[in-house]
Amino acid sequence: MTLSAPARWALRVFMGFGLTFIYVPLLLVLVNSFNGDRTFAWPPHDWTTRWWAAAWDNDGARQALLTSIRAGLGATAIALVLGTMVAFAVQRFAFFGRDTVSLLIVLPIALPGIVTGIALDSAWRSVMGDLGVSKGMFSVIVGHATFCVVTVYNNVLARLRRTGTNLEDASADLGASPLQTFRYVTFPLIRSALLAGGLLAFALSFDEIIVTTFTAGPGVTTLPIWIFNNLFRPNQAPVVNVVAAVLIVLSVIPVWLAQRLAGPEAGASRT
Amino acid sequence: MTSLGSYLHRHPRLRLAGLLSAPLLWLVVAYLGALAVLLVSAFWTVNGFTGGVVRQFSLANFRTILSEEVYRAVTLRSLGVAAAVTVICIVLAVPMAFFMAKVASARSRHWLVIAILTPLWASYLVKAYAWRILLANGGPVDTLLGGPGNGPGYGLFATVLVLSYLWLPYMILPIYAGLERLPDSLLEASADLGARAGRTFRAVVVPILIPSTFAGSIFTFSLSLGDYITVQIVGGKTQLIGNLVYANIGAANNLPFAAAIATIPVLIMVIYLVAVRRSGALEEL
Repeated sequence: MTLSAPARWALRVFMGFGLTFIYVPLLLVLVNSFNGDRTFAWPPHDWTTRWWAAAWDNDGARQALLTSIRAGLGATAIALVLGTMVAFAVQRFAFFGRDTVSLLIVLPIALPGIVTGIALDSAWRSVMGDLGVSKGMFSVIVGHATFCVVTVYNNVLARLRRTGTNLEDASADLGASPLQTFRYVTFPLIRSALLAGGLLAFALSFDEIIVTTFTAGPGVTTLPIWIFNNLFRPNQAPVVNVVAAVLIVLSVIPVWLAQRLAGPEAGASRT
Repeated sequence: MTSLGSYLHRHPRLRLAGLLSAPLLWLVVAYLGALAVLLVSAFWTVNGFTGGVVRQFSLANFRTILSEEVYRAVTLRSLGVAAAVTVICIVLAVPMAFFMAKVASARSRHWLVIAILTPLWASYLVKAYAWRILLANGGPVDTLLGGPGNGPGYGLFATVLVLSYLWLPYMILPIYAGLERLPDSLLEASADLGARAGRTFRAVVVPILIPSTFAGSIFTFSLSLGDYITVQIVGGKTQLIGNLVYANIGAANNLPFAAAIATIPVLIMVIYLVAVRRSGALEEL
């Protein structure tokens, strides 16, 4: 449709306001991490980098970061395997219940996190506890992997839909074994989708707090749990501020990577 | 290995079974199994003296939920918050996504997508925390509005505002993806046939927007419905369903009752999913 010039300008201004709305709070956290005041008087009176040094030396935060990375890697590995398998099954085969399968994969993110969390919690208390498996890192990874599968599934499925099977057929016609075809044709085709999906899965796991709260055993503190535990402690406020600022800065990396790997559609769904 | 590969190649059913078995086992056992335990335990009760779970069928939890006013009030409040957040996200996302997909140049479109995606990766807690600082008594929002106490402070309004902020990208991205698939030639054809911008929007753009918007609303609605963390950070004394579940699991240590309350959002979301399924929203996720 042909939009009038004022309409275009109105949309442009609206976009500007929208982006301002999105970025001002994040910028504020960055600015505040250099705020010299312990109590965060606004506007800040003096500036300092000592909170950054304090955060660097904070053992709790560092341990939590490691725990988060471990949980994220575990969940991502499981999600990569399971998500790819389902994507191939759904895209390459027509079978009874295919719609149900794709609904089942979406369900863990379509239902509120607290439902997934309390469901895993009650299953662990009522069933796994009786079997002698107590909550810990394992239960966290199981919980995270369950809702991470969908990110890999979405990315690989989109890629498979776009590429079709012509190249694989050609490879088979030329005498390649199925294994060779997978190694030299199929895998390179889906590699960047796997990386993008895996990246999203890792980020989703890294950021997850509700499911983690319900599945983490004692002693398993991921970074979001650490932040939340320290959020209401006035003493820790400056360190929390720095950790928050670091997370904002780091969030640029996966976006940059995903853009390079899979183009703008990489993150088009939550997930 | 090669012979196994060839064997599988000749037997597609076997290949399908191989591909599906592990993921289905995982989702059915780890996820549906857990949901089933949740539903079953909603019918259990807790012994008032020992605090132990009594594994015996009882409707007591549901009777309490249905008869006591507070649960109805919290459910309605949570539904209201989820609906308000969804509407606010739609109102903000449609013009932004439309600008990105149909007005901006190809180059700036690329950067705008990055600009919308980046905050999606910044931590949920960090974003809620940012608003806690913004809305604090005497904080930047108060200062902007002329002094302490002039801003909205913490409460129901802050909860809706922050949830809308958190889930906005989840609404923009599916709408943008939907609009991007709409060929410009359709818009031009509509204009050539004499339709003005408003008519074209109603007849051509809106039908494309519907499934995408429903897809986005699944996230905004579901995520708002189950949230209790943002409520704790900026909600003041506000209580939503999530807080009730959390309180019953933590302080009250009444897992069966928490499970019974958790069936409320499950029921609401299942109804919601079934309702929007026919629009094709699930394929847009």
